[in-house]
Amino acid sequence: MRDRLIFSGQLVFTLGVAAFLVVPAVLSISAGVTVNYFRGISSGVTLQWVFQVWDLYADTILLSFLIAFAALAVTLLIGVPAAYALHTHGGRLSRIVEEVITLPIAIPGLAIALALLLTYGGFRSFRGSWLFIVAGHVIFTMPFMVRSVMAVFATVDVRTLDEGAASLGASPARRFLDVIVPNATPGILAGALMVITLSLGEFNLTWMLHTPLTKTLPIGLADSYASMRLEVASAYTLIFFIMIIPLLIAMQIFADRGQGR
Amino acid sequence: MQYDASGQGRHSIMSHRSFVWFCLLPLAVVTAAFFLLPMARLVVVGAEGPQGMAGYLAILTEPRYRATLINTVVLSAATTIVTLVVATIAGMFLQRHRFLGRTVLIAMLTFPLAFPGVVVGFMIILLAGRQGLIGDLSGRMFGEKIVFAYSIYGLFLGYLYFSIPRVILTIMAAVQKLDAGLEEAARSLGAGPWAVQRDVVLPALGPAFVASGAIAFATAMGAFGTAFTLATNIDVLPMLIYTEFTLAANFATSAALSIGLGVITWAILALARSFSGGAVAAAG
Repeated sequence: MRDRLIFSGQLVFTLGVAAFLVVPAVLSISAGVTVNYFRGISSGVTLQWVFQVWDLYADTILLSFLIAFAALAVTLLIGVPAAYALHTHGGRLSRIVEEVITLPIAIPGLAIALALLLTYGGFRSFRGSWLFIVAGHVIFTMPFMVRSVMAVFATVDVRTLDEGAASLGASPARRFLDVIVPNATPGILAGALMVITLSLGEFNLTWMLHTPLTKTLPIGLADSYASMRLEVASAYTLIFFIMIIPLLIAMQIFADRGQGR
Repeated sequence: MQYDASGQGRHSIMSHRSFVWFCLLPLAVVTAAFFLLPMARLVVVGAEGPQGMAGYLAILTEPRYRATLINTVVLSAATTIVTLVVATIAGMFLQRHRFLGRTVLIAMLTFPLAFPGVVVGFMIILLAGRQGLIGDLSGRMFGEKIVFAYSIYGLFLGYLYFSIPRVILTIMAAVQKLDAGLEEAARSLGAGPWAVQRDVVLPALGPAFVASGAIAFATAMGAFGTAFTLATNIDVLPMLIYTEFTLAANFATSAALSIGLGVITWAILALARSFSGGAVAAAG
């Protein structure tokens, strides 16, 4: 009897917490497809707001994807070899390097953005281009890629594989591409999902680094929250959800598979 | 023959070592150019104000900045404590019981993980804003609209919104690793359910509390998007830095303040890591 009471109490509490998190998201989704949110869903269901968002903000959505994939390309090209080097080299130097590249997670994005602005703000064409935002996103997402790949190296016996291939006469670069990278694939994919998800949703850095010509999706969202009617802001948020939720599900599947191993 | 083989062997070891350095080089260059150099510049600019190095102390000595710092710390601490309590109750429940719909419930509790701060702010507006659910319900029931999204309470709710999913995951993982035998033993020795929780379960979760609490605190200290969306009259450190930089063009002060904020969040996370041993990192 007593156990039942405790169980029910905890269940109600947990449901309440879930409601706190989910209800606003549901409100936002329904507001995005309602003709008039003030009058309620009975005023009718429409996609007009979604189309209006597409007309107004399609460029922000495309730019966000461009920046996310550019950041992914850089973190892959730089982060994966670096993870291999840090793992192979080991020792204090590797720990220090890992520590330094992880700092951007511990320091608020606002501070990093200010630092970038104060250093490169004078280079007009760089400061005004989308590559300036990519630079910020690369610094912010790099530790997730490097750590994710290093986590796989810790479970796979890279050294033996590497030495085995070396004894067969493969050059270091060949070994890296043909032996190390294929074995690191789970970490690379998990890191890639993380980089894309974080980049698509990044606001703190991006708000400081953007210009009127380089607005990303979260910048557009902030803009619509401040100046558009609730239905448009909601429809925009709905588009963001549709983009981000498949990524989250993919990450979850990855995490589950990782646990199963 | 012998000489040849060993010569070749040494050659390949050498080239392997230089290959490893070559792998690390691009990361070193990018980190130096876009992180270390800018951060050094930020530190220099912070001391270039009219007060020089003393500009770094302004966060403590200037009454307005100090009040904002205290505001931010109190708000972040309150967020951390409430989040830990909420996440422990819910996380323990979800890890200890198997029932229909459990996976869905876990998914519901963790999906806001990827929401940027601005979206969290909008969620709070939909809950407690002028056209929000709470205002709507209270208006119908009591004839008075309750609107608090744009006050410090709205901000607090927003911070809870993005902290709970992060902390719940850590707590659930820690509960899973708990040794059920210890609780069994305590119970067989006659401890009641509350005593078991207080003396066995909660102490065992200590490292998870420290790690996830530090993340929640540091994230709340640096959160900008939520405060930005909810805007109006809320003085938290990131908003102060932002307004000093963009509106007042006060570069030295905003640099000094953001160095101060960065040192606080970094120190909290480093402290928690040395305390709990695990990897601790904030995000968002």
